[in-house]
Amino acid sequence: MQRRTTTRSLHLAILAFLIGAGAVAAAESERHLVPDDPLQSPLWHDLATKFFGNQKVVLDQRIKVIVPSIIENQAQVPVTADARGLDGVVKMIVFADLNPIQHVLTLTPRQAAPYVSFRMKAEQGTPVRAAALMTDGTWRVGSVYLDAAGGGCSAPAMARKDADWSQTVGLAQGRAWRQPDGLSRIRLRVRHPMDTGLAKDNTPAFFIEKLDMRSSKGEGLASLELFEPVSEDPTLTVMVKLPKGDASLNVEGRDNNGTTYRSTIPAAFDQSSLGGVSIQ
Amino acid sequence: MTRKSAVASASRVTRRTTLQMLAGTAAGALLPAFHVDAAPLKYELRPQKLDDGIWLIAGAQEAITATNGGAIANVVIFDTTAGAVIVDTGPSKRYGEQLSAVARELTGKDIARVYLTHIHPDHVFGNQAFDPVTIAATAEVAKGLKEMGEGYADAMYRTAGDWMRGTELVLPKTTIKSGVEDFGNRRIRMLAMRGHTDSDLVLFDERSGFLIASDLVFIDRAPTTPNANLEHWRIALANLGGIPHRRLIPGHGPAEDSARGIEDTRNWLGTVEDVIRSAFEKGLDVTEAIALPLPAWTDRIKLARYEYERSVMHLYPKLEAEKLPNVGKRS
Repeated sequence: MQRRTTTRSLHLAILAFLIGAGAVAAAESERHLVPDDPLQSPLWHDLATKFFGNQKVVLDQRIKVIVPSIIENQAQVPVTADARGLDGVVKMIVFADLNPIQHVLTLTPRQAAPYVSFRMKAEQGTPVRAAALMTDGTWRVGSVYLDAAGGGCSAPAMARKDADWSQTVGLAQGRAWRQPDGLSRIRLRVRHPMDTGLAKDNTPAFFIEKLDMRSSKGEGLASLELFEPVSEDPTLTVMVKLPKGDASLNVEGRDNNGTTYRSTIPAAFDQSSLGGVSIQ
Repeated sequence: MTRKSAVASASRVTRRTTLQMLAGTAAGALLPAFHVDAAPLKYELRPQKLDDGIWLIAGAQEAITATNGGAIANVVIFDTTAGAVIVDTGPSKRYGEQLSAVARELTGKDIARVYLTHIHPDHVFGNQAFDPVTIAATAEVAKGLKEMGEGYADAMYRTAGDWMRGTELVLPKTTIKSGVEDFGNRRIRMLAMRGHTDSDLVLFDERSGFLIASDLVFIDRAPTTPNANLEHWRIALANLGGIPHRRLIPGHGPAEDSARGIEDTRNWLGTVEDVIRSAFEKGLDVTEAIALPLPAWTDRIKLARYEYERSVMHLYPKLEAEKLPNVGKRS
């Protein structure tokens, strides 16, 4: 009896050891799940840990990050992050490896396309990445190298030269286009200095941190979290699915000083459509 | 000395010798390469004689690179009884020095006048080689250079590299307006226009009938728009077309006796504006507008895609600010 018990516990111990070893092996392989960076960024693996944790990471060319080939103004670098080639995107983040503040924005497309265009500041040439969190918990990542000279994050906002910037802060402009695919293309511009807190003039960080796009009944269609690298006077393009009958989109914003912003963008059906022109 | 220490000593000598040899080899291998890198860069200035006492030093029809050293804009030299008259000074101190020497050699005289047509860096950073009192520009150009000079210098060092060594901005000390300057055998009419920038100086030599159109006219090369006002530019082009002239020297491109330069520049600006406006009206963002095709006729224009891409980035933010309807404010 005694002997049998010992034997059984030995078996259990061996089993436990094997399971344990298996678990360790699994953990090891999880740590190695991050594929190597085709752009060979020195920070890629650290940033992958920071943004993706232990989730599986896959490089995917269907996530397009588009930037111009020439950059003259590092404070206003146009970027398009487009994951419309994928189904099941829960959330999209955009980050730039070599920026002093890497996280640029997060898009949660509840009733919207996994797509956002905007402009950002670049402190130097850097990989720019769009990562999509999929319903299965996987992160799919697209990257591009941005060739920029520098100074975008540490240069003071242009608005700081105008005495009346505080009068115009929060003023919003926007327009909607009904697309043949049933989505509404929304362009929005909000006046805001978007101070990074890194400028030579010691202006503290002051930026819009949230833009929520809602239906007339308050249903969240898309939500954007912005960070300091988004350019002054954020100008964005997103595509939302307006509920049937809604002829406008409500946008609620908030900056890191707690000031809130509200705008309503008309999106009537009779407004000029895209006329069958396909936009890739 | 024991055998053992002799060996040790020999090996020490050997090691030191080897190191010396290595050092020698390294230096031997490195020196010629270092020499090549350090050889002073020299522009190939080839003055083209256009007429009696008028030369054009043609800029490369390219973007500013570390290969061309920024020598992309045209420079004109006149021989006058008062001395050499030069239009624009090129991209760097080195270019200015070579230009000064070429002008003295061609005319056998000192420099009487240097005109700056506008603020762009490929036209003004040779100023250092000239007496600032001889350098003339409009008040707007002087002001613009004071504001933008540092940024332009940074950008030039970044793109043209070592060609810029020692270059610093020298501001013009003579302020000019529309009018005439008399250099004895040559009267040069100054016409202060705008459109390519806030102030573009056009020069007309009464004796030869040559019109120096500055960067208001580009021939066979896409116009640049970083400081452009397209409406003003079109008015300037109409005015230029109304000035009877024998030959037109553009800011970039060959000197010609046809109206082609003015027409091409007008067509380019119209095309770019149409493509950009229609992109904006369709709701496209900047990267999407950049990707649009250009009409086939622009295929023969050098740097068409490059300048179109730049122009989208210059003009789009203005359109957005002006044309997007107001939809909200602080709550």
